[in-house]
Amino acid sequence: MAQQKEAWGSRIGLILAMAGNAVGLGNFLRFPVQAIQNGGGAFIIPYIVCFLLMGIPLLWVEWASGRFGGSRGHHSTPFILNSMDKRKFWKYIGVFGIFTNLAVAAYYCYLESWTLSWVYHTVTRTFAGQSQDQVAGFFGDYVGLNSVEPIVFWIICLLLNTWILSKGLSGGVEKVAKIGMPLLIVFGVFLAVMAVSLKAGEHGAINGGSVGLNFLWTPDFSTIWTPKVWLAAAGQIFFTLSVGMGSIQCYASYVRKKDDIALNAMSAGWMNEFVEVVLGAAIIIPISVGYLGIDKVIEMTKSGGLGLGFRTLPFLFEQWGTALAIICGVFWFGLLFFAGVTSSLAMGTPWLGFMSDEFGWSRKKGAWSFGAIVLILGLPTVLFFNQGVFDEYDYWAGTVSLVVFALAEIILFAWVFGMKRGMNEINSGGDIKVPMIFGFIIKWVTPILLLGVFFGALITPVGNDWVGAFQNGWQLDNGSIIKKITNSGLKEQIAAAQTAGDQSLADALLEKKLYINGARLLLLSVFGGVAYLVFVAYRKRIKEGRFE
Amino acid sequence: MSNIALFMMISTVSVVTIVTGYFFWKVLKAPPREEPDSFLENDDEKR
Repeated sequence: MAQQKEAWGSRIGLILAMAGNAVGLGNFLRFPVQAIQNGGGAFIIPYIVCFLLMGIPLLWVEWASGRFGGSRGHHSTPFILNSMDKRKFWKYIGVFGIFTNLAVAAYYCYLESWTLSWVYHTVTRTFAGQSQDQVAGFFGDYVGLNSVEPIVFWIICLLLNTWILSKGLSGGVEKVAKIGMPLLIVFGVFLAVMAVSLKAGEHGAINGGSVGLNFLWTPDFSTIWTPKVWLAAAGQIFFTLSVGMGSIQCYASYVRKKDDIALNAMSAGWMNEFVEVVLGAAIIIPISVGYLGIDKVIEMTKSGGLGLGFRTLPFLFEQWGTALAIICGVFWFGLLFFAGVTSSLAMGTPWLGFMSDEFGWSRKKGAWSFGAIVLILGLPTVLFFNQGVFDEYDYWAGTVSLVVFALAEIILFAWVFGMKRGMNEINSGGDIKVPMIFGFIIKWVTPILLLGVFFGALITPVGNDWVGAFQNGWQLDNGSIIKKITNSGLKEQIAAAQTAGDQSLADALLEKKLYINGARLLLLSVFGGVAYLVFVAYRKRIKEGRFE
Repeated sequence: MSNIALFMMISTVSVVTIVTGYFFWKVLKAPPREEPDSFLENDDEKR
């Protein structure tokens, strides 16, 4: 085996980088909202079950696949997958593991730049004395590009990511994880204590912190057997662990065969759960309910957690006085920044690994080319955020692609590579022995759950009402993949606007449709471009006699 | 907080914290491997 050019500095660094890859903004903004919308405290039961039956198995599969490919000199999914089975199409399935990271980084870095910008505005007291509507309006103006500031912060964020990536795994990614993860936990614990100790009547709060916690954790057991709740739990586990992206395989490809992956995967996976369940649940909801009341928070969570995080929390922190407003604002957006940057760095490494393995690129060249691709691909998400380009990237690259790729890789691992070899690979060098029952789970239960998540998204019934769909006939929701492809919801809105005689709205929606289709075309081009590079690399390998 | 909400919260937070701590402790306590291992910091010579 050729000597590896890249390596991890330490085992703790590897685990923190892996945990940092998984811990993202969703841990703090998505999880609590999902819990509230799906049975409160009862949500945790399907959530934990899905973690055990889908999350942990996928973590082991991805760590094992990555190390297996890495030991054969492959550090990105096209040739990692191809090293597990010689059929040529696997390397094209592996394209997902590079494409997804490029496309997600394109919009994720923009999201990350908001956190940096909000830290700046917290320190410079932009939100001081503003009403809640004004703070919310600030967000609207920001993404509406009323100034060049969002672009400046985005470029700073991109440069920062590129520069860190150019320093390599141990000199860049690992150092950031070693600083960022502990800081994130310290910030999170501080904010959780502040949120939980909130008292009604103090600093204008109408409820104590316990009211929000009670609201979040009171179980509605009547929801526990509804498919919607299980799909939401499976989806949350899937997206929180960053599985199905290709970044875990890439990180694990730098681990030697005789070194542990079984315990490392557990440690990194559970660390993500700690940040999500213990810290993520204890900040945003208790503070929001404390100031806004339960009804208002229910209303606000319908549009996801971003609104609460960016439009509302800065206003609420201001109620605590200048010093605490600055400390808590910096901690909250700093925490989100560290959660974001440790994830976006992981998105850069598969591209770097691929270009280094196949075309001999230096990490600096790889890092700057990654920055350039993300800049070009991300520009539409910045310029046309309000036209839905950001959401379109998130849906196709950040949601659908992950499920498709995870499904393919677990079929490869369990059914083609084989569970006997698979379990040996997971246990090789292990500091713990993975129970044999997981061989059965990886082969049967996890693929079935993944199929459930995929078909749940493909044919979501109207209003996510699964029971009603089975009883009263199946009508697809506009959020289902099938209806999304045909822009069904948008077409209905256009027709409604035309019927109501609102031509300006109809024109705006038609323009939005154009941008959405453009975004899809761009994503398809990126996928095609990466697939072409894989083809060129394959031909190059044959020519050089490098193929096993 | 209601008793059931308190029970759900304390039991979940406790389990997640204990399991996370347990695995991290096991990593810290695991004996180092013979060289060459995957990690640079314990190398005699830098790669």
